[in-house]
Amino acid sequence: MSVTVLKRNKALTVNPLKTSQPLGATLAFLGLNKSMPLMHGSQGCTAFAKVMFVRHFREPIPLQTTAMDQVSTVMGADDSVVEALATIFGKNKPQVIGLMTTGLSETQGADILRAVKMFRAAHPEFADRHVVPVNTPDYTGGLESGFALAVQAMVETLVPESNRAGLRRRQVNVLAGAHLTPGDIEALKEMIEAFELRPVVLPDIADSLDGHLTPNDFTPHTVGGTPLSDIELMGESAATLVIGAALGQAADALKARTGVPDYRFDHLLGLDAVDGFVHTLSRIAERPVPERIVRQRAQLQDALVDGHFMLGLRRVAVAAEPDQLLALTEMLQGLGAEVVAAVAPSRGPALEKLALAEVKIGDLEDLEHMAQEGRAELLLGNSHLGLAAHRLGLPLQRIGFPLYDMVGGYQRAAIGYRGTRALLFDLANLMLEHGHHEIEPYRSVYKVGD
Amino acid sequence: MARRLLKEYQTFSPQGAAMQPKDIAALLDEPACAHNSKEKSGCARPKPGSTAGGCAFDGAQIALLPIADVAHIVHGPIACAGSSWDNRGTRSTGPTLYRIGMTTDLTEQDVIMGRSEKRLFHSIKQAIDSYSPAAVFIYNTCVPALIGDDVDAICKAAAEKWGVPVVPVDGAGFYGTKNLGNRIAGEAMVKHVIGTREPDPLPQGSARSGIKVHDINLIGEYNIAGELWHVLPLLDELGLRVLCTLSGDARFREVQTMHRAEVNMMVCSKAMVNVARKLEQKYGTPWFEGSFYGVRDVSHALRDFARLINDPDLTTRTEQVIAREEAKADALLQPWRERLDGRRALLYTGGVKSWSVISALQDLGLKVVATGTNKSTEEDKARIRELMGPDVKMLDEGSPRALLDTVRDYRADILIAGGRNMYTALKARIPFLDINQEREFGYAGYAGMAELARQLALTIENPIWPALRKPAPWEEAAS
Repeated sequence: MSVTVLKRNKALTVNPLKTSQPLGATLAFLGLNKSMPLMHGSQGCTAFAKVMFVRHFREPIPLQTTAMDQVSTVMGADDSVVEALATIFGKNKPQVIGLMTTGLSETQGADILRAVKMFRAAHPEFADRHVVPVNTPDYTGGLESGFALAVQAMVETLVPESNRAGLRRRQVNVLAGAHLTPGDIEALKEMIEAFELRPVVLPDIADSLDGHLTPNDFTPHTVGGTPLSDIELMGESAATLVIGAALGQAADALKARTGVPDYRFDHLLGLDAVDGFVHTLSRIAERPVPERIVRQRAQLQDALVDGHFMLGLRRVAVAAEPDQLLALTEMLQGLGAEVVAAVAPSRGPALEKLALAEVKIGDLEDLEHMAQEGRAELLLGNSHLGLAAHRLGLPLQRIGFPLYDMVGGYQRAAIGYRGTRALLFDLANLMLEHGHHEIEPYRSVYKVGD
Repeated sequence: MARRLLKEYQTFSPQGAAMQPKDIAALLDEPACAHNSKEKSGCARPKPGSTAGGCAFDGAQIALLPIADVAHIVHGPIACAGSSWDNRGTRSTGPTLYRIGMTTDLTEQDVIMGRSEKRLFHSIKQAIDSYSPAAVFIYNTCVPALIGDDVDAICKAAAEKWGVPVVPVDGAGFYGTKNLGNRIAGEAMVKHVIGTREPDPLPQGSARSGIKVHDINLIGEYNIAGELWHVLPLLDELGLRVLCTLSGDARFREVQTMHRAEVNMMVCSKAMVNVARKLEQKYGTPWFEGSFYGVRDVSHALRDFARLINDPDLTTRTEQVIAREEAKADALLQPWRERLDGRRALLYTGGVKSWSVISALQDLGLKVVATGTNKSTEEDKARIRELMGPDVKMLDEGSPRALLDTVRDYRADILIAGGRNMYTALKARIPFLDINQEREFGYAGYAGMAELARQLALTIENPIWPALRKPAPWEEAAS
């Protein structure tokens, strides 16, 4: 059975699920150490993105703009790019700037590669700093694809071409997809380290956006994230682990540049997916699976037994970016639940792998209608679904991006045996609280008295 | 379809509709704005790589989004609406249509093949069919402005075809700052909406003997967290009918009647001062600038209404209400004042709020040691000096570094600013109070003061601060 991808069939998008490519690219650049993302567009492009990230992570977010105005929009904005790069390197002193385009600069016809060349010629004093340019117009793709394009650009700009694969026998690269939270990546690193391997995670938002207080009161660029020194040595790793189908092209680029063998996983949610990953780790590390992880697996099995009562045969509606949609769908199906409505904001390679009759490229209005038609009992999606859940009278498991009406959404882990168990318990508890339909009392016509 | 559509709107628009540079210049040249009298304007060119704050689209959308029964459609690719829909704390007593995010979500094909106008036209129809709005507002953004979509003409054609008002708000991001966007929004209301309907007769049963009802408008009040509802009962009691609040908890039909007010109040914001000025020009409505933050300022605003309306009976009743409410507020605030007395605050916020909130904080016994003024006019600054004395520290630069240094140098107990700076303060272990659009609590009116006091005490006195500054026991043992 192959899935039918239903295209957008209405003019107006209502209650958007899609965020945007520049937003996804920004998220990726926030996972580099001493980095500053820079949007080439009007100042609003940056201001909106910044507010969104601040609300989600509850962290100060470094993000700058080339501040295109009327004059530069019409007369050309290459100078604005040069000026912005010089200003940021001079004032904020990051090691790397992620330079993204927006709908405005793409429509104008900006050539950021040329602008970076101009910057290099004009400012030799910043020759030791890095600029990672990436084209991310918001009129195509979405958060996931923007993130993937930025990771690919990082690989192509920051990882030197080499043929020293395997030189560092205990080092593994991890290309971490947009659907992974800081909590997910933290859990991922712990799993890898349990096999006595040293992970280099690109990008590592667990090190920069995990919400920790630092001794310094303020730093203008990211604190934590993948260090450039680690990225330069990715060519010497023993293996690359790729988490997320959307990162295929970034993985191709890394393999082509370094020859490091890679192992690709669509996601790490659910017993089967985690089993495959753990087995791979064991083979790469040439170590048996540690006792602790074996125990976690058994715990998840027990949770599956307990939770399937609440979740089996449940009708579920899910709105998520493609990789996450695939992860959640497979996990729910693994518990005997039925995904009756699946909506993704834009296309991604993961959609083709869904074991569903159809998936819709659409918005949260579509999800709301489909959930109603499909008689859904449970919703999964971001905070924007709160109102729809209220209208439908259904419980909502908040997951994805953005999560702004809760605290700590960014630290929840939904990968690995433990993360799967945590999500499973959350879902089961939601159904215990909201999903139980009492039988209407019926009073016999023959009954007398109270 | 495309050809028919083209024909329909060609008849309406001889030249393209995108805003011309001279229109923008006219909006920036606001006679009622004190920026004008000085060389350094508040609307200087933003510096690439060192700019914070929103764009004209942001400002235009914020200004009008609280109009609750309107379908607000953002015409552009996804980033404009995708990152901004439903993120304001503004409340409505009835319709919630304003919380539904709508955008044409333009695709690459739309942009390249010039199909965005057609998509907009169909989007308007879809919004009308699905949500039966009182009106549709179309917010233009950078990409359609750049490729030359004739948004005015499409709005006109759509309005004629479907019989629902469709209002263009042409505030593409690259036109300028958020402040300019506010004015563009106000201009759109003056040009297309205000004066298109007469006010309703007073509802039956609302008449009270001996009380003559006067009509007023509140301009620039957004009903954040419902704080307008702290003030509205007092206005009702005085017989002041709010024809329209632009735009908190407003309805389209109310905006249409704004030309009939006897007096306009600019609430806590210069942002839409062009609306007040133009209503004065066109309809002779007097206006004043005031604030509902702080006991003194609420009383002041009520007196200003009475003064401009010039009804002796209203003046008498106003004084009675003020005396009663101030006594009530005093009693309510006394315990808080004891706790907050002498605490030092750094206030960093835009424009009028820089002085209006000062007075509220002083009412509570706080000492405001410094205030941000980079969005304030000369007039605002004069008021600040009046309130705080000539030695007050005015911060023209709002970089996080400058804010934190000022907090330290002036030994402030709390930073009061917009949400954008919240986590800067918290990372530096400094108590913080959010004063901007996204906040969850309403501080306006006499009643709002108690909430403000509670929130201040909640953070300033919290035991977490000493806990955060304490080193770990093993570090202590080592040193």
